Amino acid sequence: MRDIIVSELMQAFEQMARDVAHYLPRLIVMLIIALVGWVIAYLLKLIVRSLLRLTKFSKLSQNAGATELLHQAALPSTTELVSRLVFWIAWAGFVLMGLSVLGIAGLDEYVSRFFFFLPRLFVALVILFFGLVAASFFSRAALLAAVNANFRSSRIFSISVRFIIVIFALSMAFEVVGVAEETMFIAFATVFGAAMLGLAIAFGLGGQDLARRFLEKRFTPQNRNREEREDELSPL
Amino acid sequence: MLRDVELTEENLLTDEFLRQLINIGEVDIVVGLSTHNNAKTIGPVIAAIQAGILKCFPRERVAIINADGGSQDDTTGLVQNASIDDLRHDHKVYALRTLHSVSVRYARIPDPGKALQTIMAGADLLRAKTCVIVSPYSTSIEPDWLQRLARPSYFDNFDLVSPIYRRQRFEGALVRDLLYPMTRSIYGSRIREPFGSEFAVSGRLITDLLGNGIMNTDWGRMGPEISTTIFALTGKYRVCQSFLGVKQSSSRGHDMVAAVRRTVGALFASLDGNFPVWSAVTGSQSVPTVGTAIELTEEPLRLNRKRLLDMFSNGVAQLEPVLSSILSPSLLSELRRIAALGVDEFEYPAELWTRSVFEFAASYHKSTINRDHIIQALVPLYRGRSLTFFVENRAGSEQDIEIREESLCADFERLKPYLLEIWADRK
Repeated sequence: MRDIIVSELMQAFEQMARDVAHYLPRLIVMLIIALVGWVIAYLLKLIVRSLLRLTKFSKLSQNAGATELLHQAALPSTTELVSRLVFWIAWAGFVLMGLSVLGIAGLDEYVSRFFFFLPRLFVALVILFFGLVAASFFSRAALLAAVNANFRSSRIFSISVRFIIVIFALSMAFEVVGVAEETMFIAFATVFGAAMLGLAIAFGLGGQDLARRFLEKRFTPQNRNREEREDELSPL
Repeated sequence: MLRDVELTEENLLTDEFLRQLINIGEVDIVVGLSTHNNAKTIGPVIAAIQAGILKCFPRERVAIINADGGSQDDTTGLVQNASIDDLRHDHKVYALRTLHSVSVRYARIPDPGKALQTIMAGADLLRAKTCVIVSPYSTSIEPDWLQRLARPSYFDNFDLVSPIYRRQRFEGALVRDLLYPMTRSIYGSRIREPFGSEFAVSGRLITDLLGNGIMNTDWGRMGPEISTTIFALTGKYRVCQSFLGVKQSSSRGHDMVAAVRRTVGALFASLDGNFPVWSAVTGSQSVPTVGTAIELTEEPLRLNRKRLLDMFSNGVAQLEPVLSSILSPSLLSELRRIAALGVDEFEYPAELWTRSVFEFAASYHKSTINRDHIIQALVPLYRGRSLTFFVENRAGSEQDIEIREESLCADFERLKPYLLEIWADRK
């Protein structure tokens, strides 16, 4: 009995030793990959940060309104955020590569999914960033055009333009990463439809007089000329 | 350099235009017209040009070049078919040379820079000694204008002859409140109309303008007229002014943003490349002026002051996020203060206006936001200043107006170091 127990224990220990001997080099390889990956990711972070600083990315993101959004959310600057994102994505990639060396069943699939997901994430982030840039540019352009045309609710008009573009960019980004595609599509359609319906009702019911005055001013040259004459000094 | 000029001209001149120019040969004077759907006004302008040629330059070889930006109303036909015979009988004078008239469609849509470049390239090819540019909107043009513009260049070798108009006292507010004082303080020359719709340039200046590709720069494309003036001032060319006559304003009720973009935008854009020149300029010098000074006219003017103030106040309030990217906090708070004033107490002081313009120029240089947005954001502020201009000058004599103008120019010159300081500031 005693011999059987000892024998079983010995076998178990031998098996464990074989397993450890089998996995240890892989574990070491994984740790080396993770360590080298950390160094490479850190270098990538430094390079990306320098490139972004050289290309005045922070100014671009400030113009896009992204800096303000991040500041409100108590997050670091866009340059720092992008460089950190690059670091974590790169390092996570290396760690997953290292884990795949261990040969754990089923893990390979997750690793390949992660690498398949990366380009989509990148594209989604690019779409989101340029969406924010476009939203900032067009909302400011709308604000300036409305103010210079003496439109009373210029700020609301500008915010509406920004809101619609941001929602549009978000729905595109979510569609690219494949998260809540339908929800975002429905949300966008609902918001856009509601905005258009709201505007139609506002102009149709609330703004009858305004619309009449606008049309009179627009299509009755005498009125238009008289009003313009009284509004401006000739600049040139 | 010569090769560049040839290449530039080659791109601008179509085969048909080139054929017409070759048929003309060489001329002494070119009169250039940049048109786009000007059939309503082009008749009297062409008649005045022809009469001016008959009266003042009967012995010279003259050609009219019309650069058209895609007119749909037969403007080019009117220019080409205008007959000089009727004028000969009316004025009892006869030209000793044939008056040539050519039209070219340089583009399907108007492009002022390309139009002026086309005219200048044509004048350069015709080896004209002088090129007079006339606006097709100037229905108040008189035959003598041609002489007043061309003579100083043709006979006295001035490279640029800039106009001085007889204006209604409230006309040209942007010129008087910004373009003149700023051009004067920046480039050091007292050119009253840096953005003249009529002016004359010498063949030498044309060759250099084309050779240096000025019309292909940002400022050249935006405002070719003011860019010509600035190029002449920075290049130490011989510049003079000539009194013309009544300026019939065509800009009233037109797009204010477009007017500001074409003039102030070009002026601001010119500051980047010319920094070494203008940063060294202090004070200003008078410019030789020919002709007899002309008084301001006194036509009555109705102005809705309340509405103008409303446009200013609304602009300052609504554009606060934009203005905070352009102006310093102290200046913005000062603007907020005056925007809250009533129409009777409202005043946009000259010094505050000067600082506003300089801070806009510095922000434009640094591109703190999109440059075109910076120019558009200036429009409400200009409206506020033009209200003060109206209120200050409505009861004053011509001397009072002149004194205020000088005072504003002195502010621009005095505060130029402030511009240099914020120009270099990296924040």
